[in-house]
Amino acid sequence: MSRIVRPYGDTTGDGMVQLSFTLPVPHDKRAEGAALQLAAKMGLDGAMLVHAKAIGEGYTFFVVYGASTHLVNLDDVKVVERDYPQLSPKEVNDAIRERLGRKLCVVGACIGTDAHTVGIDAILNIKGVAGEKGLEYYRELRVVNLGAQVAVPDLVNRAVDEEADAVLVSQVVTQKDAHLHNTREMAAAFREALPPGKRPLLVVGGPRFDEHAAAELGVDRIFTRGTTPSDVASYLVHRLVTSREAEPAA
Amino acid sequence: MTATPLLPLDPALVDRARRLAARAAQPVVDLARSHTTVSVERATLRLAGLTGADPDGIPWVNRLADAVAEQVGIEHGIALPVFHALADHPDLTRLAHAAAAGGVRFAFPKGAAAEAARERATAAVSHGFDRIDRSRRRRDALVAEIGDPPQRPWIYLIVATGDIYEDIPQAQAAARAGADVIAVIRSTGQSLLDYVPEGATREGFAGTYATGENFRLMRAALDETSREVGRYIRLTNYASGLCMPEIAALAGMHRLDMMLNDSMYGILFRDINPIRTFVDQRFSRQVHARAGIIINTGEDNYLTTADAVEAAHTVTVSQLLNEHFAHEAGLPDRLLGLGHAFEINPDLPESFRMELAHALLARQLFPDAPLKWMPPTRHMTGDVFRGNLLDGFFNLAGVMTGQSILLVGMMTEAVVTPWLSDRDIALQNVRYVLNACAGLAEDFHPPADGFIAKRAGEVLGEAVDLLGTIVDDGLLDAIADGTFGIMKRPADGGRGLDGVAKRAEDYWNPAAAILDRDAAAAPAREEAAR
Repeated sequence: MSRIVRPYGDTTGDGMVQLSFTLPVPHDKRAEGAALQLAAKMGLDGAMLVHAKAIGEGYTFFVVYGASTHLVNLDDVKVVERDYPQLSPKEVNDAIRERLGRKLCVVGACIGTDAHTVGIDAILNIKGVAGEKGLEYYRELRVVNLGAQVAVPDLVNRAVDEEADAVLVSQVVTQKDAHLHNTREMAAAFREALPPGKRPLLVVGGPRFDEHAAAELGVDRIFTRGTTPSDVASYLVHRLVTSREAEPAA
Repeated sequence: MTATPLLPLDPALVDRARRLAARAAQPVVDLARSHTTVSVERATLRLAGLTGADPDGIPWVNRLADAVAEQVGIEHGIALPVFHALADHPDLTRLAHAAAAGGVRFAFPKGAAAEAARERATAAVSHGFDRIDRSRRRRDALVAEIGDPPQRPWIYLIVATGDIYEDIPQAQAAARAGADVIAVIRSTGQSLLDYVPEGATREGFAGTYATGENFRLMRAALDETSREVGRYIRLTNYASGLCMPEIAALAGMHRLDMMLNDSMYGILFRDINPIRTFVDQRFSRQVHARAGIIINTGEDNYLTTADAVEAAHTVTVSQLLNEHFAHEAGLPDRLLGLGHAFEINPDLPESFRMELAHALLARQLFPDAPLKWMPPTRHMTGDVFRGNLLDGFFNLAGVMTGQSILLVGMMTEAVVTPWLSDRDIALQNVRYVLNACAGLAEDFHPPADGFIAKRAGEVLGEAVDLLGTIVDDGLLDAIADGTFGIMKRPADGGRGLDGVAKRAEDYWNPAAAILDRDAAAAPAREEAAR
């Protein structure tokens, strides 16, 4: 089977895509021509301008359909494949109880100015997300949710006090790359406060992170859109229980 | 405009709900009456005319209040020591400079000196109240001259660029495109600043700082646009967070028209100390009552963290508490923009019927309140096409159940801060629904034994049960236990507790005294207005 793909409209290989955008020009013939030219430069062949509408003064909104001239080879696509087994809540609890012999402590927070706790709450609150219960539901996890707008030093102190095994941070606000600055600041603060063997596992999540950037940001793992509590729980068990056992004693 | 009752709610149960809410709220009202906060004291200085900030951007009201607090505390009220010291200084600003430099000894005068200080203080804050009263009269005159929006619900749109000079043309464009109410979202984190920034601001995070000057600039711009579009465009901001009373005072003086002002939001979602919040909230609501500002409460927020079906009754409970706190502070029903939201999981069977039941319950419980109807956020995803459909159903529910203020939902809610085109598509959605079925409410009479009536009765019943528990356990304990929005907030925790003091026997605050007189006279005034 061919590993080369094009977008699919209604016929294999037609390459059809739809896109919408606004240009900062009043709606007239020239504006429509500009929209089509942009579509062509974006790699759309035979672009059709199906909708153009003035928005206020000096702006026009367009919907364009066209055939993409680009091809994608699936073999060249790089993704972070799941490198740990997906566990059910029971399997997570069993693994921690039998192999760690104590509760695993998770401290969570939204740091910096971010007040959007929806991400951290979805993962931690018993309520959960997407039909899955949050980490508070796992008997063998002890969850401390510090909530919104937690200062990094407060997070570090609390993680030390609680002897946290893992720290979960959610970042939704991304204005001026706040999520990246905050994450780097947090990673640096933990590096400064604790020696390597004593540091909790640092996990960040949010819809605008690049999951490849963990090393660059100084954290252990990045979770992005669509992550569920069991993804996080499975990862924590993998890193803190299963793979620790495999390590030679220091 | 009083909404027609459509649900067969048991009047005795409704009455019981209100009496329980009043009992649950009473200990908190007592707490608010018997404490003061640094922000209440600073708001008093703002009403007395103190403005400006030091070279580091810390407002003079903070520098002066901090100097007094350090020397003699705030438990007696700072007005008396401040206005006593003012006898030796040309004005409040120069007194603040001197106090910040450590050059003023604050003390409590006795006898004639105390009387003179009280007179100076009362005269100064009265100027602030005169400004508020003038703003209110000006609003009334402009509404009479230019007119209200021709339709209900009023269409409420948000702008938030971080730069007030960028916000202004966006707000004006939104008004021309159909918005009746413009809300300028605040910079993320402003609620946790223990001071109000000064001047026009051009940088913010996911929003624009609320400052007196930003208020003035936006209001002046919208006055122009109001004349142009033939509707008085209302301006909204946020009296919440650690500086709630000061922002309320600034809003009153600069003629803002609506303020978000929930009794519990700061506690639950910003982890601000509960006592600080209730004290600040009472003062700010009294200011809003004086200024004729419609408050918007934040019940929608509970449903973003808790399940909208299971927690539906917590919204009703909070609305009843907010109503009581508002009435106690002198706010009449017509200034009571109680909030609720379209947040039920759209995958649930009959989700829309449940939304109608909840919306109608609020409409009927508060027939004279300008209810604020909030769009879906929790179940909005990156699927913008589905989001636009969901927003359409939200708009439909708002029209069918006679909501008063409709916050326009954005199909890109979960993706980006709204683009120009998102706003246009969202307004097109609202216009379609309003145009297609503006009068549908006339034809909508859910049967007394039907799903909607039953569901509404069920939620009211659960609300009464919960209110009973809150009366038994105490509201502060209920908040500490995570009753609202699942957040657990103990009364001795949270931010801003160090700025709270129990009022001493001789506590004196001229602004609080005037506002308490207003609140006491409010029921009579409303009666006379009818």
